[in-house]
Order: sequence, then structure tokens, then C-alpha cells
Amino acid sequence: MDDEIFFKSAQRLSAMLDRREISSVELAKAVIERAKQIDSKIGAFLSFDEAKTLREAEESDARRKKGRPLSVLDGIPVSLKDLIAEKGQPLTCGSKILENFVSPYDATVTERLRAAGCVLWGRLNMDEFAMGSSNENSAYKPVANPWNIGCVPGGSSGGSAAAVAAGETILSLGSDTGGSIRQPAAFCGICGLKPSYGAVSRYGLVAFASSLDQIGPMGRSVEDVASLFQVMAGIDKKDSSSFPFRKPNYLAGLSKFSSLKRLGVPKEYFQGGLDSEVRKALENAIEFYRSAGHEIVEVSLEMTKYVMPAYYIIATAEASSNLARFDGIRYGFRSKATSNAIDIYFKTRGEGFGEEVKRRIMLGTYVLSNENFDSYYRHAQKVRTLIRNDFMRVLGEVNAIIAPTTPTVAFEFGKKKFDPLQMYLCDIFTVQANMVGTCGISIPCGMSSTNLPIGMQILGKPFKEHEILSLAYEFESAHGCKNLHPKI
Amino acid sequence: MTEENRIDIERLTTLARIELEGSERVKIIDSLDEILDYFKTLSGVDVGGVEESAHAFPLYNVLRDDKVGPVFSAEDALLNAPEQRDNQFVVPKIVE
Repeated sequence: MDDEIFFKSAQRLSAMLDRREISSVELAKAVIERAKQIDSKIGAFLSFDEAKTLREAEESDARRKKGRPLSVLDGIPVSLKDLIAEKGQPLTCGSKILENFVSPYDATVTERLRAAGCVLWGRLNMDEFAMGSSNENSAYKPVANPWNIGCVPGGSSGGSAAAVAAGETILSLGSDTGGSIRQPAAFCGICGLKPSYGAVSRYGLVAFASSLDQIGPMGRSVEDVASLFQVMAGIDKKDSSSFPFRKPNYLAGLSKFSSLKRLGVPKEYFQGGLDSEVRKALENAIEFYRSAGHEIVEVSLEMTKYVMPAYYIIATAEASSNLARFDGIRYGFRSKATSNAIDIYFKTRGEGFGEEVKRRIMLGTYVLSNENFDSYYRHAQKVRTLIRNDFMRVLGEVNAIIAPTTPTVAFEFGKKKFDPLQMYLCDIFTVQANMVGTCGISIPCGMSSTNLPIGMQILGKPFKEHEILSLAYEFESAHGCKNLHPKI
Repeated sequence: MTEENRIDIERLTTLARIELEGSERVKIIDSLDEILDYFKTLSGVDVGGVEESAHAFPLYNVLRDDKVGPVFSAEDALLNAPEQRDNQFVVPKIVE
């Protein structure tokens, strides 16, 4: 099973493409066949255009034949979460309100993947407008966890994580507003990087909370994630929040950086509510770093208990503003229940949005309304400053922070769906990075007794993705978690 | 319901331009109360003299050159319109 083409790493496949041991068309066919065989059980794809994908693979083969590949990823299938624009393809955001929407342009990341020769394969399922932690909020269908199809894959990038874990694609892109790359990566046993805010252009990403959203790479190994990040990252004049930073060679640097660092373990993340098996796996990982010669120090993130409420105030406020554009006038679904100009907004949004999206728009509207603005929204923005100061103080003392990605392993369908607040708390360890704007990676660090993956999170300083990638690579090299695949 | 007393749901749905009906309306009202209570955790934080953070990093006035770049054609812009005619969006009548 592990020798199957669709479970090989992008690095390995790239070498095979170079040596003509496989063609890009054969590779594309392998993942397409795999998806056709198993996606009725997984539900990772919302749509795909097989003919288009095969055309792109043929073009890649032609380039390789001429000895002119565009990058190491030329000819490698990459699948996009269905909120990243790909010209001519559907873009639903997992919502009925965009059911028939077709992207009129490419997102900047999509352009960059094309420029690197990646073969774009399919549109991946997600929680509606990236709001959710279990993928149960997709308006179309749930996604199952490839390790146990009775469990959720996490969210909101549940399709992106499940497709990679199940071998239905080689690499994928997700987006992370409060943990939406790292949490599903942890639940599905893959690697997912949430880049520093501004490292990757948001042009062509449908906005949820603009000051928190980032697109990031997901794959089955740290090397694969590093190579995809290499082609995505960098300043873009189409995104005014795109940040100028030095972009090193992430892949080449993987084995160079991690020599003897000071690593912080936040004590607040190991208090009540953390599953005992997750705790044990993390303690083992910390012990690994200690015995490898790194200095481990306990640190305190004193603002931890305020991060979640501040995050949800800010995220819902920004969402209520961003989602005002879905009004049934210029694009997307328009209700046929009325022809009255004002009612059309109410009916279109009432029929087009799902329950969780409505809940968050209502929350955001509440915290932004005249009488609550100061006590909720402005207050939360000030708390955000304190959260940032707290985090940067700790990152002044250590090089990186080691933490669990999630308090538990993947849970069963329906377990939290009817308790929104419990669902929000799934992201308790991940929202910090978004509030601060820094980078974080989740990698597999063990399996539970129920055979579900456990994720470790490494948080770094802003724009020091190469440092956390190296630390992740050091662990992965010693543990071989990347060679574990679910049996479907 | 006490929530009805605390949250003016009619005003909120009007501001948000969202129709809420039936069981969904009840569920959302119930959960809003619980979540807003959770938000109250923050009221204990002393923010005296603290500046607000709207963004992660300070970037101000990022402007491009004042030159016309590529723009959408009317055809492209209308590609996803729910209703269109003569290169224009069709909307309900708004003046009598």
C-alpha cells in the first residue's frame, strides 16, 4: 500500500518525473482514479475537472521532455480548497450562496502554482466560508476522516487534509483563520503550515476575517510542505497587507537550522482539558528535542484564557463586514421568493447562508453595533495588543514554542455540532498564532489507542517559517510518521 | 425567553439583512446568549492605556502607482450575475 504512487511524497515523485520513471499524466491519473474509488466514502472533493487536470499534466510532460521543468513541483498534483480562485473553475466556499459561481480570475497563489508547473486538481470541501472545526458545516456534504470514517477530519480545511491523507492528491492548499489548516492536519495525520500574516498573498482568497486569514500548504511530509510554501510565498502588489520579508530556500535549509535551540513549552497549554494520550505524545516529543540537545524551558503565556473570546469577537466582526457582499445582486444566488428590493437581501441571505454562518454574522453585527462597539469590539482589539505583547515577550526568551495542536484527537460526527461554543474551543491552541500574526506548523507526533493521529504544533517568530520547518523536519526524520497511511 | 430580553433580535437581523426563521431562529438566539456570556470573560482584562491592534504588523498607506492596469471586461464582471441584460445587472425596481 505504501508503495502506491498516490502515497509517495512530492519530492520522490519529482525525482521520478526527472528520471522518466513516471509521467505527470500517469501521476494525475493515479490520483484521479484513487479519488474516484474512495471519495464516495471521504467526501473531500466538491468538484473536479478531470480533462483540464490531464491537459495540465500533458503540458508538464512536454516541459520535462524538453528538459525545462518550471520547478521541482512541475507536474505534481495540487488541490485547492474551494475558497481559492482558479479561473474558470467553481468557487463555492462550501456555501449554497455561491453554488453556481465560476471564478473569473486566478488567485495570486493559483498563478504562482501555475508558474511552478503544478497540476491543479479538483476543488476541496470545507466548512461553509471556513467557519467550523469539523467540516460538518459544508452546505454540500460532510468530509470523513480517512483514519476512521465515523470521525470528523477537522476544519475548516477538512477536505484539504483528508484528500492528502487518503492519497486523493499529493499536496493541497488550505486557509487558516483560527487553526483551519493546523487542526485538520492534526486530525488527519499530515503536515500543515500556517504562514505568518502577510507571507502569502490573500488576493483571490474569499475573505472570512481579513486581519487573520492566511493561505498555507498541506502535505504528507515537512519537505513537501516546505517546497510548496517556497512557490507560494512572497510579496504581492495585489494584496496591500502582503509583507516584505526575506525568503530563504526552505527546502535546502531544512537540515541546517535546527542546531540546538531554546524551545518553550507553555504551561497553560498543558492544564486541564488536554487529553491524556495527546499529553503523553507531546511529552515524548518534548523529550525527543531535549535528548537531541535542545534546551527546553517552561514558559507562561499569561493571556491564554483571553485569546479565544478576543478571537471570536474580532473574527465575527470582520466576517459580518466581509460577508455583507453576498447580497444576491452582482453574483451568486438570488432568492426568487420576492421581487421587493429590500426583501431580496433578507431572503437571499436567509436562504443562501447556513446556520453557523448566520450565527457568526449575527455575533459580528452585535459586537459592532453602536451600543456594543466599545465594550466588545474595541475592547477585544486592545486585548489583542496585550496578547501580542505577551506572545512576543515569550518569543524573546525562546526560539520557538512546542505545543499540542488540538486538545483531543478527531471526534465523532455530531459530537459537537449542536454545541457551537464547544466547537469553538477546538481551536484553543491554534488561534494564538492568528491573533499575533505569526507562523505555526502542525505535524503528526503519534497515534492514539484508537488509531487516530495526534498533532504537535511548533510556533515560531514572525517570518521565521524556515526555523519551525527545520524543527519539524528534525522530529519527522527521527520518527517516520510520514510513512503512516490510513487503510481505506 | 430571557435572551429575547437581552438581545434585540429584530434589530440585529435588520442590521445584518438576514431573515431568520423557525427552529434555526430559536437555535441561533439560544447560542448567541451563551457565546456573548463567554465573550464577557474579557471584561476582567485591564486595557487602560493600551492601543488597539487592528492588524498583525504595521503597514501603512500601501499604494500602487496611479496608472491604469488591466481591468475586468463587462462580460467577465457579469459572468456570475443572477440576472443580466444589455451588459448590466438586473435588479428589482427601487423607485416608484
